[in-house]
Amino acid sequence: MLTLQCPYCGVWAEETELHAEGEAHLKRFGPDSDDADFESYLFMRENPKGVHLERWRHASGCGKFFHAARSTTTLEVFGTYSAQTLEPPQDIKDKISAKIPNWSWREFS
Amino acid sequence: MSTRLTTGGRLLNKAKQVTFSFNGKQFTGFEGDTLASALLANDQMMMGRSFKYHRPRGVVASGAEEPNALVNMGQGGKFEPNQRATTTELFDGLTCTSQNHWPSLEFDVGVVNNYVARALPAGFYYKTFMAPAAAWKHVFEPIVRHSAGLGKAPKDRDADRYEHFYAFFDVVVVGGGVAGLMAAKAAGQAGAKVLLMEQTAHWGGRAPVDGGKVDGVKVDDFIDATVAELEAMDNVTLRNRMMGAGVYDHGYILGYERLTDHAPLLDGPRHRLWRIRAKQIVTATGAIERPLSFAGNDIPGVMLASAMRDYIVNYGTSSGDRVVVVANNDDAYRTAFTLKIHGLEVPVILDARPNGGGALADAAREQGFRVENGKGIAKVKGGKRVTGVAICAQAGEGAVLEEIACDAVAMSGGWSPVVHLWSHCGGKLIWDEAQAHFRPDPDRAPTSHDGNAFVVTAGSASGPLKLGDVLVDGQKAGEVAAEAAGFAVTSAEAPKGEVHDEAPLVPCWMMPQGAGPKLRMKAWLDYQNDVKVSDVKLAAQEGYESVEHTKRYTTLGMATDQGKLSNINGLAVLSDALNQPIPATGTTTFRPPYTPISMGAIAGEARDEVFQPLRRTTIHDWHEANGAFFEPVGHWRRPYCFPRGRESHADAVKREINQTRESVGLLDASTLGKIIVKGPNAGKFLNMMYTNMMSTLKVGKCRYGLMCNENGFLMDDGVVARIDEDTFLCHTTTGGAERIHGWMEDWLQCEWWDWQVYTANVTEQYAQIAVVGPNARKVIEKLGGEMDVSKEGLAFMEWKDGKIGDFDARAYRISFSGELSYEIAVPASQGRAFWDALLEAGAEFNIMPYGTEALHVMRAEKGFIMIGDETDGTVIPQDLNMQWAISKKKEDFLGKRAQMRDHMASEDRWKLAGFETEDGSVIPDGAYIVDHGTNANGQRNTQGRVTSTYYSPTLDRGIAMGLIHGGMKRLGDVVEFNKVDGSTVKAKVVDPVFYDKDGEKQNV
Repeated sequence: MLTLQCPYCGVWAEETELHAEGEAHLKRFGPDSDDADFESYLFMRENPKGVHLERWRHASGCGKFFHAARSTTTLEVFGTYSAQTLEPPQDIKDKISAKIPNWSWREFS
Repeated sequence: MSTRLTTGGRLLNKAKQVTFSFNGKQFTGFEGDTLASALLANDQMMMGRSFKYHRPRGVVASGAEEPNALVNMGQGGKFEPNQRATTTELFDGLTCTSQNHWPSLEFDVGVVNNYVARALPAGFYYKTFMAPAAAWKHVFEPIVRHSAGLGKAPKDRDADRYEHFYAFFDVVVVGGGVAGLMAAKAAGQAGAKVLLMEQTAHWGGRAPVDGGKVDGVKVDDFIDATVAELEAMDNVTLRNRMMGAGVYDHGYILGYERLTDHAPLLDGPRHRLWRIRAKQIVTATGAIERPLSFAGNDIPGVMLASAMRDYIVNYGTSSGDRVVVVANNDDAYRTAFTLKIHGLEVPVILDARPNGGGALADAAREQGFRVENGKGIAKVKGGKRVTGVAICAQAGEGAVLEEIACDAVAMSGGWSPVVHLWSHCGGKLIWDEAQAHFRPDPDRAPTSHDGNAFVVTAGSASGPLKLGDVLVDGQKAGEVAAEAAGFAVTSAEAPKGEVHDEAPLVPCWMMPQGAGPKLRMKAWLDYQNDVKVSDVKLAAQEGYESVEHTKRYTTLGMATDQGKLSNINGLAVLSDALNQPIPATGTTTFRPPYTPISMGAIAGEARDEVFQPLRRTTIHDWHEANGAFFEPVGHWRRPYCFPRGRESHADAVKREINQTRESVGLLDASTLGKIIVKGPNAGKFLNMMYTNMMSTLKVGKCRYGLMCNENGFLMDDGVVARIDEDTFLCHTTTGGAERIHGWMEDWLQCEWWDWQVYTANVTEQYAQIAVVGPNARKVIEKLGGEMDVSKEGLAFMEWKDGKIGDFDARAYRISFSGELSYEIAVPASQGRAFWDALLEAGAEFNIMPYGTEALHVMRAEKGFIMIGDETDGTVIPQDLNMQWAISKKKEDFLGKRAQMRDHMASEDRWKLAGFETEDGSVIPDGAYIVDHGTNANGQRNTQGRVTSTYYSPTLDRGIAMGLIHGGMKRLGDVVEFNKVDGSTVKAKVVDPVFYDKDGEKQNV
């Protein structure tokens, strides 16, 4: 029963108010892509013990999708941020680095 | 025998006698008794039988950890199995029965298992019943079903009420013993909003039983004074009969409050589930005494030393007249003293430690007790009750030195902190060598959203067991929690508790330490599930090295007590068998709830009409008043049909279809999803969402569209109308409105956030009514108004705004039935009036409503697919011969890339066709088309399956659609569908459009 702050409406929302929406920062591969890229886009997901970047939706609230950076082991939330970005903001990356030096998640570190 | 004493019983109100019944026998007890203490007072030591061997079992403990004394409580709507007698407060008129025996507790047939115990070793479930295959169904399963299961399942509806309660606190303290009281006081004094909960009805935990002084006053008085102080604090809430059930992410904690279990006549809910968000949680959950593993340690009369003390001090009840005390620590001496003070005999204290105990042991000797160092129990004698013990050297293999008659045994193997709540959310444990137990590691606490610890332990739950240390630790925990919750703390000095020097315990995991196989087979670890030392050894020998595997293989710790007594002993035995230190073996995972909580409390108020919201269309009341038979669709209830009088559903459906096809019918289509997609890039966006080209749709026109997910599979369909250059209205399936709206938002917010589009789900803003049938136009024209609904004025697949009668209407000329059809949307507020007006106008045409079943049959007659029937999440549009709805001009749409994958483009996919049985019968739902030969499991091979199958009143025969290998290439083939009775029915592959193949009727 985690709580996350919606970066759009500012509400600290409980898990019952939210929908988990899977991994963040997926790059979509369309009709021109090769099999390997498309397979990776459809099926290959991170399952980290530690830092994870996820998509959430404030479904029973403002309806906005947003991103969250949190630890799957300590349950620490390093921050929530706009879904309209291609990478986590620097301040959140710094916050993660302060706790977990040398962390990496896909291409981010 | 066990009996009521003239002394002791601090919790009893001896002025108030209560009567209760156990297995039909009437007993009496006192107000303040637990069911267990009252049974003991009536010499009812045997309270149940064990799960596997049906051995007689007596009460072992005095609290939540009790594994044996489980009863069926109450009757009828108040019946509940598996209630622990030790935590059930006695009330007048209580009725209960013991469990797990047949025909009676005293004489039980199942006890035969005990005599064939050799044939039922660890993992026997996995080793037996394997062959012959037929024996499972006819021999093993009936026997297992008859003998398995604890208690009886309730038959009646639960007559009680339950509720949920949401609460927010700075500091929640779980456990109202002296540590919890200190923690709550410290946090409260710092200004924090505090909740203190205690699972029993009494404050102070076991301190009053163990005795001692605090700052020179009796601990009982200290407790009373502290509770009074807390009650006087506005920022502190105290709740007894409330258990901390579980600790979850980010400070979420469940409190399970039992309001009327002790007094069923009280008004109000029986249980209240507190759903609490706390900044900090203090677990002052105490410690649980461990049994010792010696042969016969499960015979009624063998009890935890502390429990025996509890029964005397709290309830004035003896467990036996002559009690042998056996222990590996000093604490058990307190039981010997208590026994003696209350006039009971202690023939011997067996101290397993070679060098014996400390000051308490010396005091015992001074008082004349016989104390034997380095001795243990080789074997307990007796059947349904202890009759004596055989003494041996703890260091040996069990050679009997002496036999001593007794009728009870008080055992103590040391104490384990209750670490459950600490561990629920990730708190880690360390092995404390000196105390031989796992205790919370304060450096690895559960962490919250900010990365900081949010649980702190207090008192014995932290490890310390002595009164003085417990008070200090409790106060410190309260201060730490208050500070972490943001309050300034001025450290005060903790009250001073009296401390006796105690000699360290010596771990004793098996008694005697060299016990051979015969003794090990009678040395119980898990009483409820009948797991013995020999079972765990066998599991280790068979390669179950992980404690989690051993648990599941032997069922150690899987009973309703969840291993509260057996856990540490079991894993110590496993560690010994694996020849590794205990910390290397580790513990199994602690999961909530701490003790079982009622299903009613979990459900709370969510039953009957408040179980989930019911969505009603504006016409719902009319449906109800006119005898509609409803079916659930999402959160809606839609009329399935409108039976008249004693008409069967099948006849009603037939009548509704015939009327609609021959004249005119009405459908309440308000539940269909309606999503407005608007903006300069709306067309471009819908080109991505649908497989069709939507951007070319002309204003004023409608187009049927398909939606796929990125895997290429069909997920929804519906008609899209272009309202103006920038605005589209997308219809979705009834169940899909919210999902599809979310799906659109997902892509707009997360992928194409630079596109200028917005969406709005307007499903409930409109009532939508389909007027269907050859006379549909006449009915609408009769209502008058300015809208031209002629063939030319509103052609097929067009829509138009305007007045129909007095109503603000938007009419879509679309058809899901194949008939002349108008779907007319009016503002929701006008829905019911419009429905009534249509009924009145259509009276001369015998107009009548039709339900979802008629809708389904009519669409199947036309070969129209239905999302959820023809599709199941693995079907692509191409499977349904819907290439016509897939744009070839578009570079991209959701699902396009996936539909290019090998398997999706394969000719071997099952594809849509129609089916007609040779005998005209209806193919059963879910039937498969069988093929030649069998698969590896001996089942018939299949080559397709039915997706929609109905009796068609229009054709007066069974019709079906289905997916078949080869699809429409199989036209004319005769195939066989399997039936439930094992036979098959022959059907011909036909065109799925059974009715009006050229679509002339809908286009008039």
